[in-house]
This record gives sequence, structure tokens and C-alpha cells, in this order.
Amino acid sequence: MSSILLQVIVSGLLIGAVYALFSSGLTLIWGMMNVINFAHGDFVMLAMYTAFIVWTAFGGGPLASVPIAAMTLATVGILSYFLLVRHIMKGPMLAQILSTFGLALLLRYSAFWYFGANFKTLPDTILGPPFVFGPIRIDAPRLLAGTVGLLVTLGLHLLLTRTALGSRMLAVSEDATAAQLMGIRPERMQAIAWGLAAGSTGIAGALIAAFFYTSPTVGETLAIIAFVTVAFGGFGSVPGALVAGLLIGVLEALSAYLIGPVYKDVVVYALFVLVLWTRPQGLMGKA
Amino acid sequence: MMRRYLLPGLAVVIALSYPILTAATPVYQRLGALVLLAAIGASAWNLVGGYAGQVSVGHAVFFGAGAYAALAGYTHFGLPPIAGAPIGAAVAVLIAAVIGVPTLRLSGHYFSMATIAVAELIRVLVTNWEWVGGAQGITGPAVPRTVLDLSFTSAMPYYYLFLAVLAALLFTTWRIEQSRMGFYLRAIKDSERAARSLGVAAGRHKLYAYMLSAGLTAVAGSLYALMFGFVDPESGFGILISVKMLIMAALGGAGLLFGPLVGALILVPLEEISNSLLGGKGAGLTFVVYGAIIVIIARFLPSGLLALFRRGPRQKPTESEQRHAA
Repeated sequence: MSSILLQVIVSGLLIGAVYALFSSGLTLIWGMMNVINFAHGDFVMLAMYTAFIVWTAFGGGPLASVPIAAMTLATVGILSYFLLVRHIMKGPMLAQILSTFGLALLLRYSAFWYFGANFKTLPDTILGPPFVFGPIRIDAPRLLAGTVGLLVTLGLHLLLTRTALGSRMLAVSEDATAAQLMGIRPERMQAIAWGLAAGSTGIAGALIAAFFYTSPTVGETLAIIAFVTVAFGGFGSVPGALVAGLLIGVLEALSAYLIGPVYKDVVVYALFVLVLWTRPQGLMGKA
Repeated sequence: MMRRYLLPGLAVVIALSYPILTAATPVYQRLGALVLLAAIGASAWNLVGGYAGQVSVGHAVFFGAGAYAALAGYTHFGLPPIAGAPIGAAVAVLIAAVIGVPTLRLSGHYFSMATIAVAELIRVLVTNWEWVGGAQGITGPAVPRTVLDLSFTSAMPYYYLFLAVLAALLFTTWRIEQSRMGFYLRAIKDSERAARSLGVAAGRHKLYAYMLSAGLTAVAGSLYALMFGFVDPESGFGILISVKMLIMAALGGAGLLFGPLVGALILVPLEEISNSLLGGKGAGLTFVVYGAIIVIIARFLPSGLLALFRRGPRQKPTESEQRHAA
């Protein structure tokens, strides 16, 4: 295998771990409430701008920007739940779809209006020189993003499967009424889910802000990547999202390298449409 | 007896005389034409999104097909743009048939997600398709060669053209609403499972509505191209094109005959005002307002403005319906 191809695959895996992280948030909400958050990509966008501000205006590094973005976005998520999502759950389907869609537009164009349409980037060497492993070189921010992305996704999975909180959330997603009879407050669990989901976009956004271009409309692309990941991994499954995220990262990197950068989105979108058409329950999901 | 016809009669008289009343201010004439154009698009969306309850966020595909067909016909074959309209409509119906069969099997959020993905896919492909101008887009005739080019400096001819198309579209919608198909579509919207169990061929009727809606949306696209003489991937296939149809119908009342028109009457002037007041920076702010309106409708007015004036008991989903929806 040529070293360039290896390089492409490794960088695909690293970005894929970040895709897995923010997609886990989307899949968590879907699994608990049967709601797609159409503003999920714009949550990531918001996190990227938050990290950008922490980085440029206050001179904080990733140690500051990641927790700050995570806290900010978790707050945004919980507020969205209490002010908006909680109320539309009982409404018609159109209202459910419209609500988070409207939120997406609101966030996207507020960023557009406030920050302008220009792409913002941080220098590649902001965390020091790239690491060299034999024939491949990896920029420090990408390595950091991939590692943290993977660890946090695994952590989220453990939180959901190995803790009492996770069991309570699972109970609410299985049957909210029965859970309530057992003394679990469904609304509190759903609010926590929104906080966790948005918090994961906060971490992911802060991680990729160091090497991705930040623009108001980046959320649109990221949202579709999250949809693909969730559809691929099965709706509601965090491990599924992890595997799918890594796969999509590699696929995207390979198609950018082999076919051309403009077509990487085409390949991913086409894959998404194909998966939805043929296996709407996801490749790894239950029927 | 007279009172029954008073209000509709007044509306018709105003609609017909509007361009003459505003002849002194071309800006208002243009605004009128834009309202009608938006109402055509939103009413076309309403057939599948409102009546059948399949919330498509990808109707820009059909709008773009109509707009591009009109101008590509001119650029490559020297046809008058209006000649491209039927081609665009046919292409849109064909695309709808191809993507509708697998996509319409998905329900609720899945369907909306799939339509977004298909639309974005096609937008990226068109952006890289040089035959239709790639990212630059294509333009229509700069100066009208014959009257067939339908290129006018005044907005008045467009106004009457759009008014006629909208009237025909609303009449068609009204006929469908009264027909067996209309009842089927509403039954599917309320509960597809129940409709199927009562013998409604849900898949087939959803597809018919989708194809019809696609063809009519393409007509809206062609009319847009006719008036503006220019279309690029963003103004033809952009996600905001789909969103505008959706939000106009939802604001007025999705699944109601005049819902989209009411939505257009409110939102188009709002957009024009905010664009002209805020200048270049306003583009972003306009959509901030749009986003806020969508959130507010979803939160407080899920059935749209017209539902406020509807007689009869307020419809509230029952417990079992809510579970079905979830």
C-alpha cells in the first residue's frame, strides 16, 4: 500500500472519530424521543465559533476551548429542549419537523449575520509541528481530535450502558409512562439527553475548529454527515454510530483522494440515500 | 345570499385590479408578482406536504428542474424560455417518479431527511455540470427577440401570467380536495396505517400527489426563470428554496386551499422590506427572521394562521394518535 493511501486512510479515521462523536448525540435523541434534530449540524457550527472565539480572542488552547464549547452547547441543548422541543412532541408531524428546522435556520443565519460569510481557519501548526509516524505525517490538531473524539464516544456509550443514569434514560426511551410509574421523570431524562447530545457537538466542534474551515453554513454539510452516520449505524445506536462514523470518514477521504475533492459530498450523500432506500433501519440496526 | 359572495368577489376584484392601482409604483407591481410566484410554489408543495402530510424539504429539485429547463433550452437551442417549461415539468415528474417510489416508503422524519439529501446531492451535481453553466448558472435572453420570449420590463404582464397560473393551480387543488383522491390523501396524513387497513392504496396515491406536486413546482421554477432571466445552483436548487415553500404553506395553513397564498402574502413583503431596509447585510437577517417565524409557528400555531378562523371544534390529537406519530 502506498504511503499516500495510508495517510489518506489515517486522516479519514481521525476525522471519522469526530463524526462519530457528534452523530452519537443525534442518534441518542432519536433513540429516546423519535425526533430528528435538524439543527444538530448547526450546533456543531456554533461550537466551532465558540472555540474560535476562545482561541483568538482569549488566547485559550484546546484545554480551554473544548470544555467551554461543551458547556455552552449543553446549555443551548437543554434550553432548546425546555423552550421548544418539549412542547412540540405532542403536536403534528409538520410542527415537529419545522421546529428544529427553524432553529437550524435561526442559528445558521444569526452566525451569518454576526460573523459574516467568510471562512475562518486557524493555522495548522497552532498546536505545534505535525507528528511523524514512519511514512505518514499527522497535524497535531487532527490527532488530538481523532483521539478525543474516539474516547468521548466510548465514554458516552459506557455512560448509557453501564450507569444508573443510562438505565433510567433507556427506560424512558422504551416506555416513558412505565418509567414514570417507576419514579423516573421522563422530562428530566429527555432534557439530560439533549444536554448530552448538544454537549457532544460542543466537544466535536471545538476539536475540528482547529483544522476545519469555520463558516455559517458548515452546519448544513455536517448535519448531512450526521444523518448518514446515524442511518448507517442504525437509529439510536451509539456503537453503530462509532463504526459508521469511522467508515464514513475513510470513505470521504478516499473519494476526495481518488475521484476529486468536489465529489466527496456526492459520494456520502448518495450513500445516505441508498441506505435510506434499501435499509431504513440502518445497516447495523434492528428491523 | 349576497353576503356569501361579497368577500371572495372583493378578493377577485382586488387581485385583478392590483397592478392598475399600483401602476404608478413599479416596486409594488413587482412585489405583487413575487407574492403570486411564491404562492404558486408553496401551493404546489401543499399538495404533497400539506394534504398528504409528507413533509418534503427537497422540492427545490423540481423548482430547479423547471428553472434550468427554461433557460437551458434558450442557451443551447435558442428556444424561447417558455418552451422549456413543459420539458422542465416532464423532467420533474420523471424525477419524482424515480425518487418517489423508494423515498415515499419512509415516514415522518425519515422522509424529510431523505428529501434533503436527494436535493443536496442534485445541487452538488448541478454545480459541477458545465453544460448548465456549473456554479455560474445560466442566463436567459438579454433582450427579447420576439414577444414569445416573454421578457418584459414592467412587472404587470408577469403579474397577470402568474395570477392565471395560480388560479388554475388552486382550481385543480380544489377539485382534488373534493375528489376521492383528496379524501385518500387526508386519510393517509391522519394515519397511514388506518388508511391502508381501509383499503386505500396509500403508496400509489402518495406517489400521484408527489408527481403532480413536482410537475407544478417545476412550473413555478420556469416562471421564476422567465421573470428573472437567470438561475444558478443556489437560487434553483438551494435548500432555502425548499424551505420557503414549506414555511409559506405552514404559516398560512398546510393542507388548506388558501394557506400557501396567505403565507406568501405575509412573508414575501416581509422579505422584501427587510432586504431593502437592511441592504446587503439584510440577506442573513431575513433568514434569521424566517427561522424565528418557523419556530414560533411550530411552537404556538402548528396548524397555521387560517386554522384560527376555521369553524368547528379545534382538532387535538388523541393519546393514541400521538403514540402513532411518535
